[in-house]
Amino acid sequence: MTSKFILALAGGLLAAVSAQAADPVKIGMITTLSTGAGYLGQEVRDGFMLAVNEEGGKLGGVPVKVMVEDDGRKPGNGKQIAERFLKRDKVEIMTGVIFSNIAPVVAPMTLKAGAFYISPNAAPSTFAGKSCNQNYFAVAWQNDNLHETAGAQANGLGYKNAFILAPNYQAGKDALTGFKRFFKGKIVGETYVKLGQKDYAAEIAQIRAAKPDMVFHFLPGGMGIGFLKQYVQSGLKKTIPLVVSSVSMDHRIMTAVGDMAVGVRNSSHWNADFDNAANKAFVAGYQKAYGKMPTVFASQGYDTAKLIASALKATGGKVTADADGFRAALKKADFAAVRGDFKFGNNNHPVQSWVGRIVEKDSSGKLINRSTGVIWKDHQDAYAKDCPLK
Amino acid sequence: MLLFFEQLLNGVQLGVFLFLLAAGLTLIFGIMGVINLAHGSLYMAGAFASALALRLSGSFTLALIAAPLAAGLVGLAMEVIVIRRLYARDHLDQVLATFGLILFFNEIAAISFGRQPLFMNIPPALNSTVELLPGAPYPVYRLLIIIAGLLVAGLLYVLISRSRAGSLIRAGSTDQEMLSALGINVKMLFALVFAFGAMLAGFAGGLAGPLLSVEIGMGENILILTFVVIVIGGIGSIRGAFAGALLVGIADTLGRAFLPGLLKLMLPPAEADGIAAGLASMAIYILMAGILIWRPAGLFPPQGRSGA
Repeated sequence: MTSKFILALAGGLLAAVSAQAADPVKIGMITTLSTGAGYLGQEVRDGFMLAVNEEGGKLGGVPVKVMVEDDGRKPGNGKQIAERFLKRDKVEIMTGVIFSNIAPVVAPMTLKAGAFYISPNAAPSTFAGKSCNQNYFAVAWQNDNLHETAGAQANGLGYKNAFILAPNYQAGKDALTGFKRFFKGKIVGETYVKLGQKDYAAEIAQIRAAKPDMVFHFLPGGMGIGFLKQYVQSGLKKTIPLVVSSVSMDHRIMTAVGDMAVGVRNSSHWNADFDNAANKAFVAGYQKAYGKMPTVFASQGYDTAKLIASALKATGGKVTADADGFRAALKKADFAAVRGDFKFGNNNHPVQSWVGRIVEKDSSGKLINRSTGVIWKDHQDAYAKDCPLK
Repeated sequence: MLLFFEQLLNGVQLGVFLFLLAAGLTLIFGIMGVINLAHGSLYMAGAFASALALRLSGSFTLALIAAPLAAGLVGLAMEVIVIRRLYARDHLDQVLATFGLILFFNEIAAISFGRQPLFMNIPPALNSTVELLPGAPYPVYRLLIIIAGLLVAGLLYVLISRSRAGSLIRAGSTDQEMLSALGINVKMLFALVFAFGAMLAGFAGGLAGPLLSVEIGMGENILILTFVVIVIGGIGSIRGAFAGALLVGIADTLGRAFLPGLLKLMLPPAEADGIAAGLASMAIYILMAGILIWRPAGLFPPQGRSGA
């Protein structure tokens, strides 16, 4: 009895000692790997792990243990996994969330547990304004930026009026609001479709009748593919161009729709053709490791890992043990982002440049997104002013 | 006016498309009394088969032949292995078993094709528009769907009401025992009818492939619409399915197209958009409720059935 107790005590002490020495920093990644949108999470994970593997299982010289779980796009699953990660595994950094309906579940749990929440994608307005949090960081964007940029791009292309459509749910309404925030022209038609709608004959006929200069849509996943196919078939794409956000025209969607994508305008904070050393190394490394072109989501996963690496390096591997130091190091964002210039605003959301892109065929006949020029430099979101953080 | 014509045509196109699915479902339900939730999976099987055939052979005609064949075979296997055991069970067991089949088929498709939607090109010959009326160009492919759907409807009419097979089917729906007493192999008849319904669903899937994206779970959304169609038309009646499908197709399309404009005459634009989007997606259910109040058994309930 006593000997067992002593043994246990010794074991516990040993564990405590080794924790100080070489226990890896635990990073929980809750992401979406299944469903039709599963490639988004796979890309984020692959980008993130590329950075980890480059260092042989370390980030910023500190050993890390990345635990990946699939939330299946369901907030309930996200909650379960987050509970397990935080209570049992005691992760200190939470990341990976793709969808904005899962972030409001996972982020508050993480913050309450005293861990850091670093989002590689989802960034709903909820956490950007009044309810911003010092331990909540969004690496990709604030959601609205995506659609705001499309509006600004439409201005730059000289379009005077637009027909806009999105699914009838919160993210769809946010998208259309975001587009209208900066678009100076007239909205000649604004249509909400059913979430998951497949057939757009009625909407396309309305577009034909409204004769707009351009069409903006936010139709995630399979919806956008269906729309584009039918839009091309109707013959409208030749006369009324599409201007969308990067998530509606990433490399995966492009490969799926083929030549139909040619000529579609979109805008992004990253592109494969960005001419900086970090990006060149990333695109080459990603292609070598996974045998395909990275999407914007992969770049976000990679940047997220690099950001964490920079902060771990600064604190020598301490996260919650030196929360102030880790937080300050994160906010400094002292790393070479593959998207080029990158810094955090007061609300821990990015202040960054956005570029226009157009889908073209390169000399070998492959589809690419070509950068067409800077739309915005140092663009911040509309909610930062409500955030009390400095 | 041109816009109205175009939207009407869109409604008819959605209608005949729904008819292809509803015809099989209503036959199966009307004759065997089985609620087949996995009918959407047969539609998906057709779509995947045609995508595969197109990729392998490059011929769209072959793809359109492969779709009903594959779905028919899957349907036949489904009937022999699972559905046959359900005829005598109550509807709850049937719903449970066929729901299980949906999950099964979705996983099979995910394992063999991956979770990414497949992409089918429209053959170049059909990828253009025609001007039916001056100033109203209409996609040739959608026109083809209308024509194919109407042809199938005509064929079904002749088959059911003029042929011997049709009289057997009608007899089977009224009195199975008498039919088998007359020396007809009812088991075989049911299997063939089920496979035939599956072929129709598969054909619809093959037609849908180039228009929509071929993906896992594509059958589930459309299945709900299909059930609305057969309830409106009268369960078990092909004629009812045709009328119901056209009604639903037209009501859904016109609702989506013109409700926002109508409401904007009365309400501020922002509210009108929100309410119209909601109302448009409710339109067919309101239609169904209205018709069921007026005719509780649907528009054309099959005659001579002594309550299911």
